[in-house]
Amino acid sequence: MSAACEAAAAAGPARLARDAAAGAAERAGTATMALAPAQGMSVRGLSVSYGRIPAIMDVDADFPLGAMTAIIGPNGAGKSTLLKAALGLVPRLTGEVRVLGRPLERARDLIAYVPQRASVDWEFPARVIDVALMGLYRRKGLWRLFDRNDRRRAMECLAMVGMESFARRQIGELSGGQQQRVFIARALAQDAQAYLLDEPFAGVDAATERAIVAVLRQLRDAGRAVVCVHHDLSTAPVYFDRALLLNRVVVAQGPTAETLTPRNLRLAYGGRLETAATP
Amino acid sequence: MIDPLIAEISSPEFVQLSLPPMVIGALAAMSCALPGNFLLLRRQSMLADAVSHVALPGIVAAFLLTGSMAGGTMMLGAGAAALVAAGMIEAVRRVGRLEPGAAMGVVFTAMFALGVLMLERTGASGVHLDVEHALYGNLESLIWFDATGWSSAADPRALAGLPAPLWRLAAALAAMAALTRLFWKELTISTFDPGHAQVIGVPVRALSLGLTGATAAAAVAAFDAVGSILVIAMFICPPAAARLCANTLSRQVWLSMLFAALSALVGYVLAGYGPLWLGARGSVSAAGMIAVVSGLILALACVAGPARRRAGGALGAEGR
Repeated sequence: MSAACEAAAAAGPARLARDAAAGAAERAGTATMALAPAQGMSVRGLSVSYGRIPAIMDVDADFPLGAMTAIIGPNGAGKSTLLKAALGLVPRLTGEVRVLGRPLERARDLIAYVPQRASVDWEFPARVIDVALMGLYRRKGLWRLFDRNDRRRAMECLAMVGMESFARRQIGELSGGQQQRVFIARALAQDAQAYLLDEPFAGVDAATERAIVAVLRQLRDAGRAVVCVHHDLSTAPVYFDRALLLNRVVVAQGPTAETLTPRNLRLAYGGRLETAATP
Repeated sequence: MIDPLIAEISSPEFVQLSLPPMVIGALAAMSCALPGNFLLLRRQSMLADAVSHVALPGIVAAFLLTGSMAGGTMMLGAGAAALVAAGMIEAVRRVGRLEPGAAMGVVFTAMFALGVLMLERTGASGVHLDVEHALYGNLESLIWFDATGWSSAADPRALAGLPAPLWRLAAALAAMAALTRLFWKELTISTFDPGHAQVIGVPVRALSLGLTGATAAAAVAAFDAVGSILVIAMFICPPAAARLCANTLSRQVWLSMLFAALSALVGYVLAGYGPLWLGARGSVSAAGMIAVVSGLILALACVAGPARRRAGGALGAEGR
């Protein structure tokens, strides 16, 4: 724990380190984390349909602060849709989203979203540092451009994912894992309360996966809510504190071990699972 | 070689006949290239095509309604048509759930056809709007009668006689530059990653509509000079060539300005003197030659641009 704090203090924004220390003290004092719904991101009654096809129905979900939550389910279960609808990126039929008790429209400063890597054009004329700087947008007025302080902060965030030496590299030159790290650095620069990532481990190398998990754990330890759409059932119990098992409706959610039981997995995946389900 | 050039440039005829079209051509190309940069990166290059086509029925309608060829009237008509079309494109995209290219294709072809039909009607009525002018522009006719030489540039009375499109395009370029600067971060972020932009509160839809509006305004401002067809090259060629030579967006935008101005100047000179140098007589369409030169610059960038296929090459090297 203290190692993570030191790493955060050395490499990352000071506020993250301070919050991590506070989080550690809190955990030491209280055996269990009892979290009110307002502490984190909460989704109530969320339904989305694409045309006439319902994608997700009546989803209630809680993504508490200080926890890493995996959204798990079979292909087409609506995992990405849940994330996007919760963020207002796809229109929802019904539902309400609150972040730290605030409605979504007033919570723009509190959310960092990391879309699927393939969702953007990496041929875009930008360097690694330019993408990291985009995370600082909310801090700048309309006319002001990014200055030296912003650049320093963006470099700190790149350092947290081991990409500082690539700062001046064209983003199109990066490998998939490096692109994912740059996306994470952009999210770190936002200094948000809730981090929502869509398949952050898809198509990345093992070193990147380790680096990303380490950074996400730092965020968790600093009291942030971390939510990932995740598809690897074997790593889910290792990486995540909580899981939300989804197949158009919520099958189960809670602490990972209690949620990803063989029975629940069968319910979510149907008969398709037998080999993959049992770790 | 140099002396005749200087003599040519310092002659009153040059200032009177060649300078205004060159400046107007450069202003038009630069005004269009600015929004063109973002259209290109958003894969919406066809939007420029659409908008410049749909301006035609608006201009003709304004002419038929008022019988006036005044710049302001044509601007109003074209602007109205472009706004109608921009709205229709968004509506067809959203309501019809068509991909953007198809939505634009449907709307701009229909409106352009309407414009051509209406052009024929102007022939039938006593007053006439020149079809060639409407389609290819009329850069060569934009001359400065009041100029007596370079000294006229400091003479307020002579300056008042500059062709109206020059002022219009100067204002257009200033507006485009101001808007690009003002919304630089927002345009960059929402063009690169619209999802992320929307989550952090960038008004993605408003920016998209604004870009469409700016495209329409640039196309209309350039209509007098280069018509409604050749203007498309000005939106896309300089930014595309600049993209192949630059690794950051700001460098791409500055380079596109350079390429736009260059193609206008070189294009105008080649149109005027090219046939003479080849032993032929007369001259060719300046707007046409400007489009050709900007295409040649793009071709050159495709072959020799330092940033072309950077991603592919680097990935290949690193992947191994």
